[in-house]
Amino acid sequence: MNIHHDILVVGGGLAGLRAALQAKFAGADVALISKVHPLRSHSGAAEGGINAPLANNPEGKDDNPEAHAYDTVKGADFLADQDAVDILTGDAPEIIYETEHWGCPYSRYENGKIAQRYFGGGRYPRTCYAADRTGHFLMHTLYEQALKHRLKIYEEWMCLALAVEDKTCKGLIAYDVRTGSLVPMSAKAVIMGTGGHGRIYQNTTNAHINTGLAMSIAYWAGVPLKDIEFVQFHPTSLARTNILLTEGCRGEGAYLINKDGERFMKKYVSEKVMELAPRDIVSRSIMTEIEQGRGIDNAYVYLDMRHLGQKKIDEKLPGTRELCLEFINLDPVKDPIPIQPGQHYTMGGIDTNSWGETKMPGFYAAGECACISVHGGNRLGGNALLETLVFGKRAGQRASEFVKQKSNPSSPKALESALRKLQLQQQELHKGKGTENHFDIKNQLAQLMVEKAGIFRTQKDLLEGKAKLKELKARAKNLAPVTQEKRFNFDFIFAMELQGNLEISEAIFEAALARKESRAAHYRKDFLKRDDQNWLKHVLVKWSLEGPQLCSEPVKIIRYQPEERKY
Amino acid sequence: MTVLEGLYHILEYIDHTISFRSSCRMSVCGSCAMHINGKYRLACNTQISSLKSDYVTVRPLLHLPVLKDLVVDHTAFFENLIALQPWLIEKEPPPRKEYLQTPKERKKLDVVADCIMCQACYASCPVAGTDNQYFGPHAFLKALRFVNDSRDGASLERLQEVAGSTGVFRCHTIFNCQDVCPKHLDPAGAIAKLKMAITLNQFKGKLKAKK
Repeated sequence: MNIHHDILVVGGGLAGLRAALQAKFAGADVALISKVHPLRSHSGAAEGGINAPLANNPEGKDDNPEAHAYDTVKGADFLADQDAVDILTGDAPEIIYETEHWGCPYSRYENGKIAQRYFGGGRYPRTCYAADRTGHFLMHTLYEQALKHRLKIYEEWMCLALAVEDKTCKGLIAYDVRTGSLVPMSAKAVIMGTGGHGRIYQNTTNAHINTGLAMSIAYWAGVPLKDIEFVQFHPTSLARTNILLTEGCRGEGAYLINKDGERFMKKYVSEKVMELAPRDIVSRSIMTEIEQGRGIDNAYVYLDMRHLGQKKIDEKLPGTRELCLEFINLDPVKDPIPIQPGQHYTMGGIDTNSWGETKMPGFYAAGECACISVHGGNRLGGNALLETLVFGKRAGQRASEFVKQKSNPSSPKALESALRKLQLQQQELHKGKGTENHFDIKNQLAQLMVEKAGIFRTQKDLLEGKAKLKELKARAKNLAPVTQEKRFNFDFIFAMELQGNLEISEAIFEAALARKESRAAHYRKDFLKRDDQNWLKHVLVKWSLEGPQLCSEPVKIIRYQPEERKY
Repeated sequence: MTVLEGLYHILEYIDHTISFRSSCRMSVCGSCAMHINGKYRLACNTQISSLKSDYVTVRPLLHLPVLKDLVVDHTAFFENLIALQPWLIEKEPPPRKEYLQTPKERKKLDVVADCIMCQACYASCPVAGTDNQYFGPHAFLKALRFVNDSRDGASLERLQEVAGSTGVFRCHTIFNCQDVCPKHLDPAGAIAKLKMAITLNQFKGKLKAKK
């Protein structure tokens, strides 16, 4: 007997929970599956804040959704779809108030309103924050609502395949991590809110769970990936560990300095903007300093917060101080922090419209795994948490309407065939004809992506990377037998995820090779200029047996015509 | 190298069958609490060098059934929370914008709202070990988080609930929870504050005496 829910949400982070709650509010039969307990989701690691033009900060009194939209579009290097950006910024105040009404403990001003700070690429202080644990508080707030509304959650269940018939989504095959069984789950609509692919990069700030597998599941099922060549590197990840240190540090006034003690950002952007340029620009500036010999140990520069003083650091950035003390035994009150850029965010993802709909009826996506696109070539800090809630809610809303209005009859046949395929795959992994360790392949892939598809890119590097990837793919067909254990078999889970890692990486190389220009986070040393004539468009990558197929779609430009992106 | 990095090295290169939970590796998700060299800690923020020992001994959390290796069944831990209605119960209908809350009022949520639900306190608590109906230190911290929230209107209800037979008066004030909390929070202090609030309200006749 298959499990059936009209709507299945995959992913227990902010996007997934917000989508599921919306479906619940709409009266739909909805359940959520998550490969970890929802509170362990990576949304909880977000630190600095969430953007909304509330105009609470006196310096932001003229802020408004249009200003927020323009900053977002300019930050995106004009690759964002402006209709979707208008929704993002227009819905922002309401969605912040909603989380506040649910109890999210935002930091406050004396007048009782939500506190807001400056973030990179924003002309006004519009990033609402709760100390530097905003993601943690939002995560717990949404989970509390899930408990309140008795949301059905299949905990530690992961999605391993979609069931598709007549190009329509009919459900999914789940893997129950606790028992090791493959469970067909029928649904009229599936919503993915599974986060990014950060772990395919060795230097990522992301959690171990962010492997991007769900993205590749959609990709294999025929849904294209959009803007996948755009990968964000956060300027300030902690030395050695690549643990995130929030942009809020710079928002509160921290400096970036090189080994000569120079605030080097003045060489790259205007004195007014300095450390608060968008992330792609700051990351490139740091890498340039390091490459030109002005880094520390040829690997880092310093994030200096000493002048902020202990009181301000403890009040506004307590988590940052704690991380430095715990992980590198350094007190930022007394010493500058060695940092380096680290992979942080997946701008690209599953191709959706602004309702989270994909081109496959019955299949939706929201949050980091999706690409609408509101972030274009570079996401602004504080816009990711916002995106999860705004578009999670919309996807939940639209899916609820879909299951009410359309019949989308269930298809035992589609589930059966998806299940059969996975069972075969599982058997093959357990049999394992070869000798390769899939963890080793994963680790080598992660190194390769940093070296060949990182902050600076060239045709030569990308081609070498692609060739090396082909070797890794071949090795991945020759794995040693994977553990047979039923319960909590991470050997099997990571072996499955490797297949997705390789697939997403291949799509990144293809799209990055194709885009012969430099735009925001995609920086080609061999094509230094932005080329609107040829490349003001989204690249879509479609899976096929012969390898990735590329096509393109126009960018929706409404109010803001592309102009030179200067800060 | 952290204990978690060590565990990953074992999983990846030495023993593919080992099972442990992990996610953020930056001490915020609460996945990887376990018993490490004599104390409950997070594997991710425990530096092996800081243990000053040639051996690292890891054990699963106590008081929860072991599912495999270092993985425990945390169902009871989370279910105990639900009776306390761990969500905001509004004092008044939401305004058009945000509820106003002064920094002073907000300060009362510092610390109590920082809990990551890692279960270290629960595993170290002897009362939780003898009665799985006992709410547990984490649940009391959560209860105080809402009692302290100027926007919440259900303080008395919440106090009534934690005054019951599986509530704060069962605490033996052993302070293990305070000692092990990897976020340096103070569940024992929260329990004391709840006890005081309950007693005060009983004196005032606002709360029924505990059964």
